[in-house]
Amino acid sequence: MGDDLTRLTASALADKLAAGEVSSVEATSAHLDRIAEIDGGVHAFLHIAGDAALKRASEVDQLRADGHDVGPLGGVPIAIKDVLCTYDMPSTAASRILEGWIPPYDATVVARLRSANLIPLGKTNMDEFAMGSSTEYSAYGPTRNPWDLDRIPGGSGGGSAAAVASFEAPFALGSDTGGSIRQPAAVTGTVGVKPTYGGVSRYGAIALASSLDQVGPVSRTVLDAALLHDIIGGHDPRDSTSLDQLWPSFADAARAGAENLALSGVRIGVVKELGGAGFQAGVTQRFTETLRLLEQAGAEIVEVSAPHFEYAIAAYYLILPAEASSNLARFDSVRFGLRVTPEGGGTVEQVMAATREAGFGPEVKRRIILGTYALSAGYYDAYYGSAQKVRTLIQRDFDAAFEQVDLLLSPSAPTTAFKFGEKTADPLSMYLNDITTIPANLAGVPGMGLPIGLAPEDGLPVGLQIMAPAREDARLYRFGATLEALLEDAWGHPLLDLLPTVPHSYEPKPVGRVPAHLAPQPGAGTEPDGGAL
Amino acid sequence: MAAEKLLDFDVALEKFEPVLGFEVHIELGTVTKMFSPAPNPAAFGAESGAQSAAPNTLIATVDLGLPGSLPVVNEQAVRYSISLGLALGCSIAATSRFARKNYFYPDLAKNYQISQSDEPIAFEGEVEVELDDGTVFTVPIERAHMEEDAGKLTHMGGSTGRIQGAEYSLVDYNRAGVPLVEIVTKPIYGAEKRAPELARAYVATIRDIVRSLGVSEARMERGNLRCDANVSLRPRGQEKLGTRTETKNVNSLRSVERAVRYEIQRQAAILDAGGSILQETRHWHEDTGVTSPGRVKSDADDYRYFPEPDLVPIVPSRELVAELRAALPESPAAFRRRLKAEYGFTDSEFQDLVNANLLVELGQTVSAGAAPAQARKWWLGEILRIANSRGVEAGTLISPFDVSELIALVESGELTDRLARQVLEGVIAGEGTPDEVVKARGLAVVSDDTALIAAIDEALAAQPDVLDKIRDGKVQAAGAVIGAVMKAMKGTADAARVRELILERAQA
Amino acid sequence: MSDFSREQVQHLAALSRIALTPDEVDHLATELASIVDNVRKVSEVATADVPATSHPIPLQNVLRPDVVGDVLTNEQALSGAPDAADGRFRVSAILGEEQ
Repeated sequence: MGDDLTRLTASALADKLAAGEVSSVEATSAHLDRIAEIDGGVHAFLHIAGDAALKRASEVDQLRADGHDVGPLGGVPIAIKDVLCTYDMPSTAASRILEGWIPPYDATVVARLRSANLIPLGKTNMDEFAMGSSTEYSAYGPTRNPWDLDRIPGGSGGGSAAAVASFEAPFALGSDTGGSIRQPAAVTGTVGVKPTYGGVSRYGAIALASSLDQVGPVSRTVLDAALLHDIIGGHDPRDSTSLDQLWPSFADAARAGAENLALSGVRIGVVKELGGAGFQAGVTQRFTETLRLLEQAGAEIVEVSAPHFEYAIAAYYLILPAEASSNLARFDSVRFGLRVTPEGGGTVEQVMAATREAGFGPEVKRRIILGTYALSAGYYDAYYGSAQKVRTLIQRDFDAAFEQVDLLLSPSAPTTAFKFGEKTADPLSMYLNDITTIPANLAGVPGMGLPIGLAPEDGLPVGLQIMAPAREDARLYRFGATLEALLEDAWGHPLLDLLPTVPHSYEPKPVGRVPAHLAPQPGAGTEPDGGAL
Repeated sequence: MAAEKLLDFDVALEKFEPVLGFEVHIELGTVTKMFSPAPNPAAFGAESGAQSAAPNTLIATVDLGLPGSLPVVNEQAVRYSISLGLALGCSIAATSRFARKNYFYPDLAKNYQISQSDEPIAFEGEVEVELDDGTVFTVPIERAHMEEDAGKLTHMGGSTGRIQGAEYSLVDYNRAGVPLVEIVTKPIYGAEKRAPELARAYVATIRDIVRSLGVSEARMERGNLRCDANVSLRPRGQEKLGTRTETKNVNSLRSVERAVRYEIQRQAAILDAGGSILQETRHWHEDTGVTSPGRVKSDADDYRYFPEPDLVPIVPSRELVAELRAALPESPAAFRRRLKAEYGFTDSEFQDLVNANLLVELGQTVSAGAAPAQARKWWLGEILRIANSRGVEAGTLISPFDVSELIALVESGELTDRLARQVLEGVIAGEGTPDEVVKARGLAVVSDDTALIAAIDEALAAQPDVLDKIRDGKVQAAGAVIGAVMKAMKGTADAARVRELILERAQA
Repeated sequence: MSDFSREQVQHLAALSRIALTPDEVDHLATELASIVDNVRKVSEVATADVPATSHPIPLQNVLRPDVVGDVLTNEQALSGAPDAADGRFRVSAILGEEQ
């Protein structure tokens, strides 16, 4: 029984709850049991709500029994990325510096989940302060990819993606600054959406780079992502960058897309610069097959060029560290979080410096130092100022492309899940991994990642990225749901049905992990994996 | 800190030309903070409430810099800032942006201050400053920008309560996020030996502007208005500006004047001895009348400003600017000219008002209906006396509206001067408006003549020869009867009316 | 190849208030050089005629009415404090003895 409930999509589970076939307590217990069973190996969670989740589930069951309208997803469990503030659970952004910190307030998206009667299961692992593409930079140990525990689940939101892929939660909240929702979705065979910048409130999301961060849904189906987006999205007066507009129902868009599979009249652009050399063969193969499938359904496929995308990573790795260096200055041991006093005491300045040295991991320090450099006197124009101009050029590339086409497609990531330690030795190789996802964050346009098969050479999931013009998130859901239906018709089942049995614990193989501080090894980890299916 | 050598002021001025500059911070009196919905301790009327609130109780998430918190701009603070910019003769920016100023300090919750850098809300203005002898000096304004205040540190464990020698410090963030406008002047040349006087007059003018706009209570003793004074000297005939110092913590008009004078003398002594001036922040010590070097911050000059990504640009509409411009009160300089001419004050009468900082109050009292001479009499008389005895500014004791009402009560004969002083005490004690105090204390003049006539009859019976004396032309004889009547009526009689009635009786 | 001296990294660490170890300073000097070599290409296309974009979606005049909203209690404010006294946050001395 327990296993059956965890296999349901959020929308299917919601139907059963509404029909009274199952209770929220049963659904929540099933997921907590699943977490207890396998999370020792996957390590998707940093905090498990346990009894608090069951208590809330029982309250929602009571509300329903008393005849209250508990909403379309009332009683459905959900996992929450640890970057989001929750007043009843620690919120650490996977950093030592916030260990055990319980905020006195809820993020807006969390408050909206609660008022929609969803049941928080716990907080999911991530790269520290969302800096990374593998969760290897979590201060509390990495999350492992349920498809292969020796591989990364993507990042920074590897915890949310792995939890959803391994049926520990029907869906989850993530955050995406340069691909932290879409890239984990790609390597775990799940769906993830980065909404239009401003479409979902950032209030209570521990900031990495304020002008790039967006909170979004992580799920196993396009419809589930849409249902969640409907709940968390919309204007929030507490966030000055929140878009004050009415949004259409994304769930309606997804349902419409799943019903009408004809794509005639839909113009699709393939971004020349987001493919080809440097992309794993199996990724390119599945991507090409997907284009053929779309063509068969009536879509028109054209190649478009975005000449400035090649500057996107450079601009991103200036803007992000610059904003992060400022956003992370508040972790100073005065008002919250860790305090480390140097031996023999010290001035407040020395205490701050010692705390930040001890509380931040190597990647966080690297980016703070880089960002401080990019903003410092004499370098601003050449670095930060220029990066903001590149941002304009990338927006213009998107504008020109969307003159020609309705949607843009690319692989979500250049490779399938890589192995632990492959890229930590060379920060740059990790940064290059974000090439496909970064342009959407720089321009603020929405992007969706969804699975399009397994790479033949390693049997690992491959993701497709769909991008739409700003504020056209509904277009992603409609098209995404159509493609999802076409693919599942072709496969005869959802991709995650192929997920191997997830081991209950992880036995590390004697593989030399490369310390983070070794000198760069150019090219490490960018080659295809080469393993056979 | 050792006492520094000073050069005689006149000698200093013979050898060097002083160049001044000011950065004045105004705490706006909005209800809530600049970027958070927490109550503003500098709000109007916060006297007994927010100003004395328990530490760390006037804070929302962003005032503590909590992870995930976000700022949202207070609309009223923007309106006040634009009004202030207009009153300073500034252009209002077509597009104005916030920027982050990054530096670490424990009173700065986010370790960056949200301020404005390249695109301030107001820029390029000028202010007419009137010196004591009536000379008008024009001070050029570079910019006025919006920013947020920091929290407050209390240094504990040391003997002095100062930062030096303290064992630890306590931080209260109630003040963090209070809306500020920083007004920055361009270099001010040509003040010469009147530089200290100009410094005081400039800050007084800014204070008058701010108060007449009603954007801040602008009480220096509370830190609503804070001045940093920049002073540099250059040898006579030299084009190049000298190195400047920035003196902070000058919290009264008098200190501004003294601090500038001190810095001129101190710098002149160093330069005269062949030394050079260190560019630094200095602190003014009110008690000893000297400045001392502040802490030299290693990263003071690298604030790494960048556009605040959590806030979007302010683009004031033409309509808004026009609306605020139309609502501007008269400038203090114009106001002074009008006051002098229209109210018919002599130079010395006018100067008394200037010295007592009561021009704004006077104007508002007159606007509320009082005669200028009466308004002047009350403000410079009884109200100023009480203020001096309590060591506070007269303007803080009572509102111009209440003074006007009090004067109206006297004019109508409802109060005598003596009763009015009692009413004034009541109003200052917070018992209500003059009307309310009159009712509550039962102080109204008895205007019913029958009661007066009865009292006069009684007094005349005791002094029957008075009427004859009056008829003989000794009108002053009435005084004895008036005194007796007033005594009998316990002061609630209108002496003038009593006199009239007695004279009528004598002529009957 | 960009060059980062140890002194430059130490200066940045001081600005960032991070007490880096000598080892970290060495590694960062190398890593920053390689990263900066790659990110400096932004200046190739960032010509004077291109305006800067600070916000991905342009908005303006997002303002809040001047009305009191949610405020934290003193207890909530201090709930995460490493050290507190008298309703306030406690920090060690701001100046060292030599100052």
